[in-house]
Amino acid sequence: MNSKSVMRGMIAFYIVLFFLYLFGPLLVMSVTAFNTPSYPQAYPFEGFTLDWFVKLWNHRAMMDGLKNSVIIGIGVVAIAVPVGLAAAIIMNQIYHRARSLYYLVTISPLLTPGVIIGISTVIFWKDVLGVTDFTKEVFYKGIILTIFGQASFVSAYCLLIFMARLTRFDRSQEEAALDLGASYPQVFWHILLPFLKPAVVSAIVIGFLSSFENYNTTTFAILADKTLVTVLAGEVRQGTNPALSALAVIIIGISLAGAIVFEVLKRREQQKADRAQREAVMAERQEAVA
Amino acid sequence: MSSRAFVFIIPVIIIAIFWAMAKIEYRNNNDPTRKGYFERNGKVLGIAFIVLVAFWTLFLVGLPYLYMIVESFHPQLPPSKRGGPDDILTIAQYQSFVLSKHTEGINWLHISSLGFTIFVSIVVTALNFCICYPLAYYMAQAGAPQKVRLLMLCLIVPYWVNEILRAFSLRLLLASKGLINQVLMWSGFTDVPIDFLGNNTGLYVGLSYAYLLVMMFPLYNAIESLDKNQIEAARDLGAPWWRIHKDVVIPYAKPGIASGCTMVFMLSAGSLAAPQFLGGPRMLWFTAIIYDFFFQNFNWARGAAYAFILLAVCIALVMLLLRLFKVSLGETIR
Repeated sequence: MNSKSVMRGMIAFYIVLFFLYLFGPLLVMSVTAFNTPSYPQAYPFEGFTLDWFVKLWNHRAMMDGLKNSVIIGIGVVAIAVPVGLAAAIIMNQIYHRARSLYYLVTISPLLTPGVIIGISTVIFWKDVLGVTDFTKEVFYKGIILTIFGQASFVSAYCLLIFMARLTRFDRSQEEAALDLGASYPQVFWHILLPFLKPAVVSAIVIGFLSSFENYNTTTFAILADKTLVTVLAGEVRQGTNPALSALAVIIIGISLAGAIVFEVLKRREQQKADRAQREAVMAERQEAVA
Repeated sequence: MSSRAFVFIIPVIIIAIFWAMAKIEYRNNNDPTRKGYFERNGKVLGIAFIVLVAFWTLFLVGLPYLYMIVESFHPQLPPSKRGGPDDILTIAQYQSFVLSKHTEGINWLHISSLGFTIFVSIVVTALNFCICYPLAYYMAQAGAPQKVRLLMLCLIVPYWVNEILRAFSLRLLLASKGLINQVLMWSGFTDVPIDFLGNNTGLYVGLSYAYLLVMMFPLYNAIESLDKNQIEAARDLGAPWWRIHKDVVIPYAKPGIASGCTMVFMLSAGSLAAPQFLGGPRMLWFTAIIYDFFFQNFNWARGAAYAFILLAVCIALVMLLLRLFKVSLGETIR
């Protein structure tokens, strides 16, 4: 018994240490966002200030970068979600012998370093779009190349999300619909797509986030334009600035709020499911008595 | 025909092979209940799926990679001379990796940089496995479901903060005026601040910190599906805890371990942010060399060659290790 409690203590200690490692740097950074010195320091705390948030708001390049990041994120999601869905459906239907090659090709962007994706995107599209002056003028832009570069690996994420959901799809639903005279496209629109809705939502969220915070691919593909992350990288390279801490505080705040909302929704769903199950059990019992 | 245009032929050949394989498969499988692809999806959707996937696999994945490889076999030329008589196939870019142009000797600078990058990436991978395994095991087998969900949420939240800001936060912590040095000096451990960034501690910590979750989730998923009864049985038979892990859990979770390790290794070898912001002034990360070829020397051909070298070395190493530990690639990426 004694050794068990020692074990338990060690596990607790390890978990505390782990999360200290995970959160410690972020906590220290958050404190520096509210401290007055212009070198971001957590201790000594010389005075509370919100100036760094104002500085952040007035930072032109960062706000422009934010706008580009949002545009790119939307563009990437618009390409990657349909592509991932189509790829997952084809994965299920492709004949056996080709599947492993198909799988390797579609998953390869996840195993390729982002730097290489960025470089290959730029080299390839520069020549392809450079064929005519018109395409070069209109399409050879950092934002478009970044969308292409990021979509290549975000599509693979989406594919994995859809594949995970598709394995739980009940084929008999499809067969029932077909027996009742539905056509295959009708089955897709009215049965498969509603079933996949949660996967679509998570593909959109994960796709947007991974586009938003990507650095390695973007820094090559963005050419002369800027995204929030590349502006940030420039700032960090130049030195240290508490306005960056302020930005981190905002991001942490948003993600904490998101996490809490997610948890509350999940709990409520769980409660609803529990209640439904209890009611079902009760009804069954009453029926048995009658 | 120019070598660059040749790149566009390769996918056509591959698609033709695929199509032929499909035809053969179809003929061998004389099953009247089997529906053809277009019968199953309808014309419009069927075509839409194929167009989407073809656009992705060809124009976003396959062709750019092939094009980059072909580019790396070309000389560096000003735009006006591209496609001219000087634009020949050459291995000069690869030669320059091995042999230095200036000293006529072996290019130790770049070779040792590649070696250093690979070495650090392997250390970081091992480090992350050791850090993540106990928690992954705890969450997957020992913890109560409510607690596990909370831990999971705590794991994900820091990951919404992007790579750059996380590197920045570590830099604040590890700087000579940072909190850790303040604590060390206050406690009398040292009189002068320790240069964590200069001695590359920052590099290791930064890479490990950046890819912690990438290791955590594959491990968790793999261990989670292990039947609790197996551990129970081993314990009943008197196995000490370390033997349970060595002989039951780890062999079972091998595909997950392999996939976590592969991801962390590939990501750190190709990382750009952590080495840029947390590395010492004297260390040279391989992606930084590639970065400089692109943005300072505008030598895209040589940058492409170096990128391909990095990719080839990493893939070869991963394959070798997977073979060594007897895991198949197919299992790993699942």
